[in-house]
Amino acid sequence: MKHIVKTSPYSELGGVETLSQFAQSPKIEKILTPTLRQFFTNKLLRKEELSLEEQSFQLLWNNGYFKTLPAITKNKTTYICQRCNNSKNHLFGWIPCQRCHTTHLYCRNCIMMGRILQCDYLFEWAKNPYEWPEINESLRWDSTLSDAQQYAAREIVSAVENNEQRLIWAVTGAGKTEMLFLGLERAFAQGKRVCLASPRIDVVKELIPRFKRVFPNVAIEALHSDETNKSGMAQFIISTTHQLLRFKEAFDVVIIDEIDAFPYYLDPHLQFATKRAKKQHAAMIYLTATPRKNFLRTLKKEKVPIIFVPVRYHLQPLPIPTMLYVHRLTEKIKSNQSIKQVEQWLQRREKQERQMLIFMPSIQQLIDYKAIICQSLLKLHIIQYDDQLDTVYANDDMREKKIEKFRNKELKVLMTTTILERGVTFPSVDVIVLGASNHIFDVAALVQIAGRAGRSEDDPQGLVLYVHDGLTNAMLEAKNMIQMMNHKRKKMLKNNVVKKI
Amino acid sequence: MSYCLYCEERISKTISWGTLFILEADKYSCDKCVQTFQAIEDKYCQFCYKRCEQECCEDCYKWKAIYDGNDPLYKNISIYYYNDKMKDIISRWKYRGDYMLGNLFKQKFQTVFREKFSDMNKNISIVPIPLSKERLYERNFNQAAQLASFVTPNISNILERTHTEKQSKKSRKERLMSKNPFILTEKVQTDVILIDDIYTTGQTVRHAASLLKQSGCANIYAFTLVRG
Repeated sequence: MKHIVKTSPYSELGGVETLSQFAQSPKIEKILTPTLRQFFTNKLLRKEELSLEEQSFQLLWNNGYFKTLPAITKNKTTYICQRCNNSKNHLFGWIPCQRCHTTHLYCRNCIMMGRILQCDYLFEWAKNPYEWPEINESLRWDSTLSDAQQYAAREIVSAVENNEQRLIWAVTGAGKTEMLFLGLERAFAQGKRVCLASPRIDVVKELIPRFKRVFPNVAIEALHSDETNKSGMAQFIISTTHQLLRFKEAFDVVIIDEIDAFPYYLDPHLQFATKRAKKQHAAMIYLTATPRKNFLRTLKKEKVPIIFVPVRYHLQPLPIPTMLYVHRLTEKIKSNQSIKQVEQWLQRREKQERQMLIFMPSIQQLIDYKAIICQSLLKLHIIQYDDQLDTVYANDDMREKKIEKFRNKELKVLMTTTILERGVTFPSVDVIVLGASNHIFDVAALVQIAGRAGRSEDDPQGLVLYVHDGLTNAMLEAKNMIQMMNHKRKKMLKNNVVKKI
Repeated sequence: MSYCLYCEERISKTISWGTLFILEADKYSCDKCVQTFQAIEDKYCQFCYKRCEQECCEDCYKWKAIYDGNDPLYKNISIYYYNDKMKDIISRWKYRGDYMLGNLFKQKFQTVFREKFSDMNKNISIVPIPLSKERLYERNFNQAAQLASFVTPNISNILERTHTEKQSKKSRKERLMSKNPFILTEKVQTDVILIDDIYTTGQTVRHAASLLKQSGCANIYAFTLVRG
């Protein structure tokens, strides 16, 4: 393993450490270790990302080990970035290039992954690819699945075996991750390469340790922007959807978690990236609790089977949100007034010892309103000290630490924006949405937020409160959706069967 | 149709009688993003534009002591404070290499330049702080040269730089101890305005300024985008 590049092969900003030991005696056999082939296989890389010394690169290049394609090509009317498929004019910039001394384009859309210039080429491995090992009985897991989970798990296994597509529509807290285990075991036994991608970095971070625990013998790698040591060489890749831009026809199984989350459903480049990252014949599995309508429509058109799991793993119903109308709520929040109705509700809560998540529409409101919430909570003796309350938002440096503190119950109440709406599990919480009328809280967000409550077996109930100053369609639809799920659950438990819809 | 370079929102132009008759300058950013840049106002050091109550800040006293009254740099003029937003933009612009982002500063850079240097005589050289060849190849553009091109078509590229570690990776002490990385390729005797993106300790511009001073320039100014 000593030939692995030590620092990140992707480090864009200078200091690309190269494989210097090959510089003295550049012979192809010496350069081409299995690890290197493993690194190049099924990737689409910029020259800097190859992290080869010029001499070694020339040798491989002259002997036809790489295919190239121009990084930005021209269509009849538009330019197209070959890495991210961007063709919007305003997402290209002009740069007077100091390398080729002409003024030409660069792609601004995928610049976070390293800049692509028009005079660049993208490199692809052209020789025999690396073969992934077949790992038998890789799963180390002794819990069991519920009936509903088993049904979905069987479907996933058959999708993996036959390279088919499936949509798993499972309620929040249904145990989606566990449903994947059997399918993954099957895939590794067949020597397949798997990618589990999610648009949310928090989701990726939470999934990694869980999979590492149950698949100790499988090489698992996390790819996301906070990870400094990225090589993308593992058999099982867990990554954010952005990172898939560096792969081409790499995976036999692609699982996309939270398919309806921002930014995936809005960003055609990410959808393009996932499509390119999978092999021509590959299994695609979509996981979601709140599929969007047009996504369902396209799936139906392609005749993709939809697997419905309307029960949580502990078989208890989903908590139904309560609506609380507060007159002129937005103004009250803006002018830093406390809200009487919410305080009364807080007092009425049955289980005062539960932790609390408070969602607000914007970071600014969150920061401004923290002091008022703190006062109310102190007054009601829900928190004893003011450091039991904290705020967390997207570009908060302490984000992970605060979430960890909340998990350890050092924090009693956490105020947050929509970043914590999905993918995170806290055992016993009540949830309040302050300002649910805001357009930021769409149906998916509201259902997901409600799904944070009552996730553990020990405390399967939890309260969900939408505080609003005017009902929106999203709120009603969210409530309907949750009620529909509960209804389906009841029916299912009564008949003791799981039905396809 | 134009889009904000920073937040990628669409910029809506207001239509008035004026816009019918007068061609507006291209807008590169939405008003919201422009407002987050914090221009240097009110109280600042007269010599280096650091936020400071007195007329001369501690840094400048130190420089005066080091050069014993013969500070090669006459004055530094900066436009913005180095706040978090600016840090983000600069890193995207310089290190990620998003060349177009430089245009966000174009208008302000031009107006401030006109304001501060309009009364100077015409015989003046505008010299951007260069990058080393290696760095230039890696980054593919020189941000200082880009800034300089906003204010003049005749840039004097009379400095060269040898390859050293990045300034931003060094500590303050290391920076102040560093050797002069510049080489003067041509002799000039006019007044000079050095252009750079950030003035942090002032070491870089002083290295350049001391060479120019030796060559016989009278007054050497620095005009920088950000006061770090």
